[in-house]
Amino acid sequence: MTDIIKLTAAEIASKIASGELTAVEVTEAHLARIEAVDEKVHAFLHVDREGALAQARAVDAKRAAGEKLGPLAGVPLALKDIFTTEGIPTTVGSKILEGWIPPYDATLTKRLKDADVVILGKTNMDEFAMGSSTENSAYGPTGNPWDLTRIPGGSGGGSSAALASYEAPLAIGTDTGGSIRQPAAVTGTVGVKPTYGAVSRYGMVAFSSSLDQGGPCARTVLDAALLHEVIAGHDPLDSTSIDAPVPPVVEAAKNGSVAGMRVGVVKQFAGEGYQAGVVQRFNESVELLKSLGAEIVELDCPSFDLALSAYYLIAPSECSSNLARFDAMRYGLRVGDDGTRSAEDVTALTREAGFGDEVKRRIILGTYALSSGYYDAYYGSAQKVRTLITRDFEKAFEQVDVIVSPTTPTTAFPIGERADDPMAMYLADLCTIPTNMAGNAAMSLPCGLAPEDGLPVGLQIIAPAMKDDRLYKVGAAVEAAFVEKWGHPLLEEAPSL
Amino acid sequence: MTSELLSYEDALASYDPVMGLEVHVELGTRTKMFCGCSTELGAEPNSQTCPTCLGLPGSLPVVNAIGVESAVKIGLALNCEIAEWCRFARKNYFYPDMPKNFQTSQYDEPIAFNGYLDVQLEDGEIFRVEIERAHMEEDTGKSTHVGGATGRIHGASHSLLDYNRAGIPLIEIVTKPIEGAGERAPEVAKAYVAELREVIKALNVSEARMDKGQMRCDVNLSLRPHGVEKFGTRSETKNVNSLRSVERAARFEIQRHAAVLSSGGTIVQETRHFHEDDGSTTSGRIKDNAEDYRYFPEPDLVPVAPARAWVEELRSGLPEMPRVRRNRLREEWGVSEHDMQSMLNAGAVDPIVATIEAGADAAGARKWWMGELARNANEQGVALDELPVTPAQVARVVALVSEGSLNDKLARQVIEGVLAGEGDPDAVVEKRGLKVVSDEGALGSAVDEAIASNAAIADKIRGGKVAAVGALVGAVMKTTRGQADAARVKELILERLGVEG
Repeated sequence: MTDIIKLTAAEIASKIASGELTAVEVTEAHLARIEAVDEKVHAFLHVDREGALAQARAVDAKRAAGEKLGPLAGVPLALKDIFTTEGIPTTVGSKILEGWIPPYDATLTKRLKDADVVILGKTNMDEFAMGSSTENSAYGPTGNPWDLTRIPGGSGGGSSAALASYEAPLAIGTDTGGSIRQPAAVTGTVGVKPTYGAVSRYGMVAFSSSLDQGGPCARTVLDAALLHEVIAGHDPLDSTSIDAPVPPVVEAAKNGSVAGMRVGVVKQFAGEGYQAGVVQRFNESVELLKSLGAEIVELDCPSFDLALSAYYLIAPSECSSNLARFDAMRYGLRVGDDGTRSAEDVTALTREAGFGDEVKRRIILGTYALSSGYYDAYYGSAQKVRTLITRDFEKAFEQVDVIVSPTTPTTAFPIGERADDPMAMYLADLCTIPTNMAGNAAMSLPCGLAPEDGLPVGLQIIAPAMKDDRLYKVGAAVEAAFVEKWGHPLLEEAPSL
Repeated sequence: MTSELLSYEDALASYDPVMGLEVHVELGTRTKMFCGCSTELGAEPNSQTCPTCLGLPGSLPVVNAIGVESAVKIGLALNCEIAEWCRFARKNYFYPDMPKNFQTSQYDEPIAFNGYLDVQLEDGEIFRVEIERAHMEEDTGKSTHVGGATGRIHGASHSLLDYNRAGIPLIEIVTKPIEGAGERAPEVAKAYVAELREVIKALNVSEARMDKGQMRCDVNLSLRPHGVEKFGTRSETKNVNSLRSVERAARFEIQRHAAVLSSGGTIVQETRHFHEDDGSTTSGRIKDNAEDYRYFPEPDLVPVAPARAWVEELRSGLPEMPRVRRNRLREEWGVSEHDMQSMLNAGAVDPIVATIEAGADAAGARKWWMGELARNANEQGVALDELPVTPAQVARVVALVSEGSLNDKLARQVIEGVLAGEGDPDAVVEKRGLKVVSDEGALGSAVDEAIASNAAIADKIRGGKVAAVGALVGAVMKTTRGQADAARVKELILERLGVEG
């Protein structure tokens, strides 16, 4: 059994296709692993045992009938609890949606099912994807499999922890300011935020519509690419969805190389707040890229210093409007409806009880920023900064093919350490936010352990919009070089649970 | 109530009204503005809904292309500029019948702006109403408040919500301040809404039925003393839903404002409810600066950028504008301004045109639609074009009359039969046996009989009082139970009596 859970998605798919393993065996192995370790890790909010086995049986039946199987058929996956799943609870980590059973599948959910990917269940997350530690989940925190007293990143900490604890070989995350990449970095896994519009947002509960982007999480670059190809592509139900072919990500992941590539290092992604071991591993990664034939180019992107501030105006503004629908009228939690109270009072009581502190903080912030008289100074200025960031990226990509940086300034911090200090928490997304603001693509992959704490460090690779394939080309080369250097994948060094 | 009003004449003697009219038009698209749900009226509550128009978590809008096309057509017909690039915006406010608690609308980037509509007043004068903007948005759901006395939320025990209407495309058309109409302001308001409705109908983008809520009007009005440039404080009378009500609401508000102002009071900026029964308005909610919709560009929708070539294509495909068409028809038909207005008010212009196209002469078509059929529609409280009779059927009746097969009285019975669902005019004639008696023999003996039994009248006619022939015609019609051609009967009588007609 242990062997099955350590396999990559690509290996599982090929073993199922060849008949060496059945999808049911693979699913059962992962369900058993979840049963064994998830009490400690708490990656899952809901495990759909029966549904997963039914999907697995269907895959085996298809194979028995001689039908052609897709490249990820029968591979188990952990789905972030932000995507709607027909008939399966979707909470977004919030009490306000406790007990809600969506009547429809998100486009992404549908694509996974159509590709015969086996959905094991729904993963824990910061409430409404607001957070960098998964501590903002209304259902309790998730532990980092490297050290269960530390955060697994956020908001997609459930997905990253599921990968790092071998509960699933694939997971789905969403990235509004770093919620795929930062969890990947602190758990020693791979996470990709595709170009904005690459993966449909239909059925993905909105936090900040102009920044939110679903993407693949995995333990290897190739696995992420295989998943990327399944979930990306135009969706007529999402007006912001890109109507163009998906970049050749799998091909890129199979042909990793940086020879002759120009790789940018941005001045602004360094300095105060960066942990020494993170800086050390990042510098080694740059040296590695050089040794693999890349040319390193220093870049100045002054607007990046404003990204975090602008982000904390735009994202809360949009969320204040997106979350207005949670009013206890049609679905989810309803508090105080005893026949004596007005609709307004019931709404107020429900929100008081149903939203956590961070969600309330951002709703208040956003409501304020959009108010008449403040709009220009806050939301308006933030949009201008956004334009400047986009221009800085455009200028940068005239000089380089990709940009690299640390994914997050520090390794996983202890649960509780930053819970009462929102600013400290927000700094975790310092390097990831500019990409969301500009809408281009980025990946995080492991680049070693910080010597001072022995915890994983993530290397971020940033590509221009629609050039997601470059992430995989560079990522695959870096991954191969590191694995060769270490003698094994980084995750092998994680303590066993 | 009337004690709080100044007489209309006194009001106008001191003050100059300024109006702003906001009209919402529900487009007649087959599907909603941002999802694929049907817009059909009258379905079971909440049967025409989906995750998007219910605002379920995760759902997203997609713009209805026909909705955009309709908006551009309306903009062009109102002589507006069409935005080269514009966005939707979220209007954030809370209401239980609004699924997302924001309305997807447009704010500072309307699809159409800076236009005008020339409206013709009853005496033929043309008044130009300038258009500020026309923008796209979605309708809300519908609340039914149960248990209260007034049907309003206040005092209700509970409310029922129907989201079938949520997401139906709306175009909101906003005028610039209408100044200089003076005492004719209420008439201008009514004429503008009437003309706008005709334009919308001509464009075939909505049926624009005010009685069905497909077109709704808000009347904003303020007064300022003569000679003063600055506008006074306005009231906003919401949901004034008939042409007559638009006129009455404007008139009432002029009198009410004048009474308040002339007694030294100040007008409160507020929304007001209009009451159909007595034509009054009463205070709704106070509008102060506390209302902040926190508009911002809708991030879930990409901008709308109507290509210039496409806009020009739509422009060249616009139908003849109603006022131009009406004037042309009025000349072709040779009728007065007043008669034309009556036809317009009765909704008879299009049916008459169609009847003429089906072969009838203008006078004949007009006669039936404005007479028998208008009366019938009125009695049943339906629109003329909702009567179960087609222009072709009316044209056939006109033809039967002019060829002498029917007289007016019989023709009325044929119309009655058609309306009763007895079939086409010819079938009704057949079934009911409604043929003019043209059998000269039978008619002849009826004429002889009438002359014999009315000898005194016959003598008068012989003596030159030809006008008395009507009594004998009447007698013949009576014995033939109306199925004779009255003209032919008259001829026969005069012939028999040896008198020149």
